[in-house]
Amino acid sequence: MDFLTFLEFSVVGLAGGGLLALIALGFVLIYKGTRVVNFAMGEFMMMGAYLFYTTHVAWKLHWAPALALTLAGIAALGALVERTILRPLSGQPVISIVMATIGLGTILHGAADAIWGGDNLALPELLPRKPVFVGEILIPGQVLWSFAAACALIGAFLAYFRFSRTGVAMRAAASDPVTAYAMGIDVRRTSRLTWIFAGLTGAVAGIIVASMTSLSPALGNVALGVLAVIILGGLDSVLGAIVAGLAIGWLEAVTVGFIGGKARDLVPYVVVLVILMVRPYGLFGTREIERL
Amino acid sequence: MNILEVERLSLSFGGIRALDDVSLVAPQGAITAVIGPNGAGKTSLFNAISGFYRPERGAIRFEGRDIGRVPASRRAGLGLARTFQNVSLFRGMTVLDNIKLGGHSGLRAGALSAMWYLGRAREEEMRLRAEIEREVIDFLEIDHIRGLSIGALAYGLQKRVELARALAMRPKVLLLDEPVAGMNREETEDMARFILDIQEERGITVMLVEHDMGLVMDISNHVVVLNFGRVIASGTPAEVRASPQVIEAYLGAKAARKARHEA
Repeated sequence: MDFLTFLEFSVVGLAGGGLLALIALGFVLIYKGTRVVNFAMGEFMMMGAYLFYTTHVAWKLHWAPALALTLAGIAALGALVERTILRPLSGQPVISIVMATIGLGTILHGAADAIWGGDNLALPELLPRKPVFVGEILIPGQVLWSFAAACALIGAFLAYFRFSRTGVAMRAAASDPVTAYAMGIDVRRTSRLTWIFAGLTGAVAGIIVASMTSLSPALGNVALGVLAVIILGGLDSVLGAIVAGLAIGWLEAVTVGFIGGKARDLVPYVVVLVILMVRPYGLFGTREIERL
Repeated sequence: MNILEVERLSLSFGGIRALDDVSLVAPQGAITAVIGPNGAGKTSLFNAISGFYRPERGAIRFEGRDIGRVPASRRAGLGLARTFQNVSLFRGMTVLDNIKLGGHSGLRAGALSAMWYLGRAREEEMRLRAEIEREVIDFLEIDHIRGLSIGALAYGLQKRVELARALAMRPKVLLLDEPVAGMNREETEDMARFILDIQEERGITVMLVEHDMGLVMDISNHVVVLNFGRVIASGTPAEVRASPQVIEAYLGAKAARKARHEA
């Protein structure tokens, strides 16, 4: 395999990694805010994609209002989950809350199956298919534009947490809720916002994935693969989610290029396993972090 | 006038009476110290005043209004700020971010307008920044460390940043839980000066829990002594120092008899 091909696979892989990073961000937001790994993340993605299907395809709305409605719906779902499941369980052992998120995932999965059926549905292609040439390297349009969308969203979240007052308050509440409470920060509100934000990242990722492949209740399984990303990056590190997302995307693509499609699901995870033996808390995670 | 009044407060954990019929007042504009041996209930009292514990009985009045049912996060907005026994700054954030968080309760802009950094959010932010600059950072002489992250600071400075964050809340009453614990002599003297400045220049009422008797006797106007969850003495530093119950609580009954004998 020549260098140009390697470069091409690398670029495509990194671009695909952007989407992984976006999904990973959804996990990390919840973990940082609540110390819980949200196993219903994939179902948030799926619900986002289905809501978009309903508003855009079934109701025939233009994509922009359809997207707005979808995001509003997912935000409401995130807030509802926080209010009805997470808040009553606050103070319980982390494992109970994790189990609750697994249960939530199952419920959402079943609900989607009941409402929309188990068949594969097709979302129209939202992102232009036209490939883009960078020098001699060809990048498929969908890959490039999904990467751009993921970058824009990740950038927006990072800026929000860095510069906005509410974002800083959310970070404070995540790092020390008791003190934050004494500072006059409404910790319930920041926790609700955390779930809403995680839902929004999930919905956007879900819509992108569904428009590139197809839509079925099994869409949520994509998120399980992302668990490797967040473990590699460190559960509580936003930077880790981004770097690990890109790294795994790259590894997958290069594996496909060098070894073949069958090794795609194997090689990256072997690499993750080896890295975790050396750095069990992930590349950027806090040292004493609990592992899954 | 007493800006903060605690009336007949009782609080227990399981079978342990942490606070038993505790009544005390913090006179407006004064420094009130709460002292007592370990486990006397000092921190429990602070936690009840700042709203972390719900007392079983009794009332807490702030500016004449009973705040017993007001949640902790809203008490901050009323003008009740506190520091913690163990430094509880937000790690991984800069000194300036920590201090600005103190001003959080005073701001009204919601999550959405704050997101766009527009209109009211921007205006509030600018005003808050100018105010913090003048009234907190210059006042506590921490201009040189504003951009550092908390982990990089010496312990004494961390305590000072925590005080700065509490001041940024624009409090009427400042509750300080062991402000000089673990500090060396020089750091303690700095802190004592800052506390006095806060009281004298800003007119902020201070209530502090402290084990450093030198500091308590030097700067307080009013001292309350707790032992086993009960108030056993209160008055000026001189009155409290002479009280036989206080000597007994601190040194044991035998030492108290001896002290009486010698006197």
